[in-house]
Amino acid sequence: MDLATLLPFLVEVIVGGLVLGFVYAIIALGYTMVYGVLQLINFAHSEVFVTGAVVGFEVFRVLAGVEINGYLKLIIALISAMLVSGLLNVLIERLAYRPLRSAPKLVPLITAIGVSLILQDVLRIIEGFQGRFDLTYTLPAGFSGPFCGAESSCASVGTFLNSIGVRIKVTDVIVIVVSLVSLAALNYLVNRTRMGKAIRATAQDRVTAGLMGIDGNRMISLTFLIGGALGGISGVLFGMKFGTINAYSGFDPGIIAFTAAVLGGIGSIPGAVLGGLTLGVIQSLIGAMSVLGSVTGIANLEAIDASYQRIGAFLVLVLILIFKPTGLLGKSNVEKV
Amino acid sequence: MTAAPRRPARASRAEQSVLLLLFFLVTSAGLLVSHNGDLLNQLGSVGAALKNPIVEALLVSLFLANILFAYLWRAHPAVKAVVGAGSLLLVLPLAGRADTSLLDLSIQVMIFAALALGLNIVVGLAGLLDLGYIAFFAVGAYTWSIFGSPRFSEILSYFGENPGATNASTLALGLFLTVITAASMVYLNRLTKRTAATAATTWSFRLASLGLVAGIILTARAILVLMSGQADSLAGGINPAFFWLFLALAIFTAAVVGVLIGLPVLRLKGDYLAIITLGLGEVIRVLALNLDLYSAGSQGITPVGSASVPWFNALAGALGFEEAQYNLLFLYLLVLAVIAVIMMVNVRLDKSRIGRAWIAIRDDEVAAQAMGVPLLQTKLIAFATGASFAGVMGMIFAAKQTFISPESFVLNESIMVLAMVILGGMGSLPGVVLGAAVVALLRFRVLPGLGEATANVDWIPQQVNPAQLQKLIFGAILVAMMLVRPEGLLPSRRRQLELHHDDNQEDDSVDGNAGALGRGNQGDVYSPGLAPANENDRSGGAK
Repeated sequence: MDLATLLPFLVEVIVGGLVLGFVYAIIALGYTMVYGVLQLINFAHSEVFVTGAVVGFEVFRVLAGVEINGYLKLIIALISAMLVSGLLNVLIERLAYRPLRSAPKLVPLITAIGVSLILQDVLRIIEGFQGRFDLTYTLPAGFSGPFCGAESSCASVGTFLNSIGVRIKVTDVIVIVVSLVSLAALNYLVNRTRMGKAIRATAQDRVTAGLMGIDGNRMISLTFLIGGALGGISGVLFGMKFGTINAYSGFDPGIIAFTAAVLGGIGSIPGAVLGGLTLGVIQSLIGAMSVLGSVTGIANLEAIDASYQRIGAFLVLVLILIFKPTGLLGKSNVEKV
Repeated sequence: MTAAPRRPARASRAEQSVLLLLFFLVTSAGLLVSHNGDLLNQLGSVGAALKNPIVEALLVSLFLANILFAYLWRAHPAVKAVVGAGSLLLVLPLAGRADTSLLDLSIQVMIFAALALGLNIVVGLAGLLDLGYIAFFAVGAYTWSIFGSPRFSEILSYFGENPGATNASTLALGLFLTVITAASMVYLNRLTKRTAATAATTWSFRLASLGLVAGIILTARAILVLMSGQADSLAGGINPAFFWLFLALAIFTAAVVGVLIGLPVLRLKGDYLAIITLGLGEVIRVLALNLDLYSAGSQGITPVGSASVPWFNALAGALGFEEAQYNLLFLYLLVLAVIAVIMMVNVRLDKSRIGRAWIAIRDDEVAAQAMGVPLLQTKLIAFATGASFAGVMGMIFAAKQTFISPESFVLNESIMVLAMVILGGMGSLPGVVLGAAVVALLRFRVLPGLGEATANVDWIPQQVNPAQLQKLIFGAILVAMMLVRPEGLLPSRRRQLELHHDDNQEDDSVDGNAGALGRGNQGDVYSPGLAPANENDRSGGAK
């Protein structure tokens, strides 16, 4: 491997990292939305996200034989995943968090962990009854190939990438597009609508917002609905990106996404996106280390394998938090005495 | 469940002593009979019923409830002492002689109790949410495993084959570097105490610390290379007599790692601290998974040795234990002793200056700081103390399992320990121990027992076999518990604790685990004799 082939490889690695980063970012948004209004680490979010992935799998499976456009199938899958995950999140909030609104902070944290454990087993049982444990996504035809096959008419950027030997998969493009659309929608929802204003007001000060006629509980439910819906989207995207998912596979991306949320400054929406992208690219680069090592012949680099990806993520987190204790875009809150 | 416990009349003191004794005798008999295979076979159908895993788990739980009752009920101190000591020192080992798994279970329960006690200091007293606590357990376990197993000779032979340019002069250089940098760090530290730190001093301090690390690495490497000739003679691990030295070393190493982890992250608060400790815990686990040379990676280290105590083996043999059980019995008693020490340390700490400083920090950091509590130092002590408890138990865990792999140190375990602390009642010593016992019993005895009992029942599909539903059941208990009784099973009552502590009952309540409590009938079980408690008292943990 010489430099001429190494460069496209690096571009691929970075693009792969961005794709991964977008998936993390959307999961992280689910954490950060909930954290923003309740100051609660919603540990169950990783299972909400897996639920979305499972729903997406089921939709793709049911629709596999139906003769409709692949993109329509994707949209149906996304919407069903959003609905199910969103409602699940609302349900979780109603049953496990709302009764504990006034309890010390650790208490809802523990119920969140409990709910996450429950959901893992419930998902496993539901899929287990049908003999499915590791769900393998079978995507509609046309989704699995490279973005610019030899045959198709590519956009000019695609042609360019193709000409220098960079292969980008259709699923990668879909992940990025869907993420960008959801980010735009979320941004509009939170910053431009009355509802978004009410949510932001609740996040800032629930009591005062209540005095202004904003129903805090409703806004919190709404936030959970939105957070859950984002979880559903990211679940489907995750399934498309990685191909397989099972009841327990929410743990790893959940932790990384939460790290991303903290990295960006938890509670901050652009922060979550920035954190997700950062971690995605870093992980992708660490994953490429061993290839770089084999090219350059450095044995120590070669020995770095995928399991170091998480270490890399956490070390970046530690470094950034040491210098900026509230994350990249987090506001430092002034201590009131 | 939240109903106020009935106020016991003073006059009933004697009556409860009798009740306690009676309960102790009945459950002890049940435990001894149900774990005696020969006797069960002779008993026919009764024996068969007793062999049922659910019944067995129930009996074990009820028996362990003894110790809890001995702590909770108002009985004559002598009766309490007899029940507590008798349960732990006589009945359990006797039953364990017939059924080794019981000893195993008790050790596991106590290991978790110690872990929970350690985490209680960090979370319950100092209010630092630590989600990577199990890492310290791992540090203790690996500290001993590497040396107490053939791993050490493999490391030595690796360095023997790859000595690099290392020789005696490298050792001298390394030692020189270590001493010089350490001395300059001490000097700089003193200097900055007298005069304000300048950029020059800060940077030279950092440079010196880098040099210190380099010096230590050089020295360690040189020692390993120079020792590599002895690789063959250490094929079975180092002399087991070093066990005791390493017990101290494990405490020390875990504490040092606690300080090292704590130093950079303890400036953070709340959820930031939670996620970063979680991250560092994972880092330690992934390192254990990937540093194949030292930790054997995912294969794990085996066999890990244990202390050899000839006189104890002779004693155990004289008491009728089988040879295979000697070590387990020894570890059981060791854990019992360690936990007694830990309890004592905890009680002392709780009443000490540093304990009050922790609570002050937990309740209001800014106010505590304003009152002159050195924040970082106090938090570091909490981290190090909690870590050292985990370290020593990690080592005993390694010796008990004779096998250590990164599997045992996943995040789930940290969460499990946290759940024990919160389930039992944050900040309350007996509560934490009870929480640990309930969770450990559920995990290791009750749920597997349920699973085994229902494995062959036709109308229960395998997918919902309770053994496979551990997470679900456990999660449901956590949620239900938090909804119904968020302050924990035995909320902290500082005052009551102080009144009770010199009864020397904490030690007996070490194993004070009413597994029965975990199955949904909390509270009322022990209410008959529960000392008066004001329900309106805010528990120490609830803030």
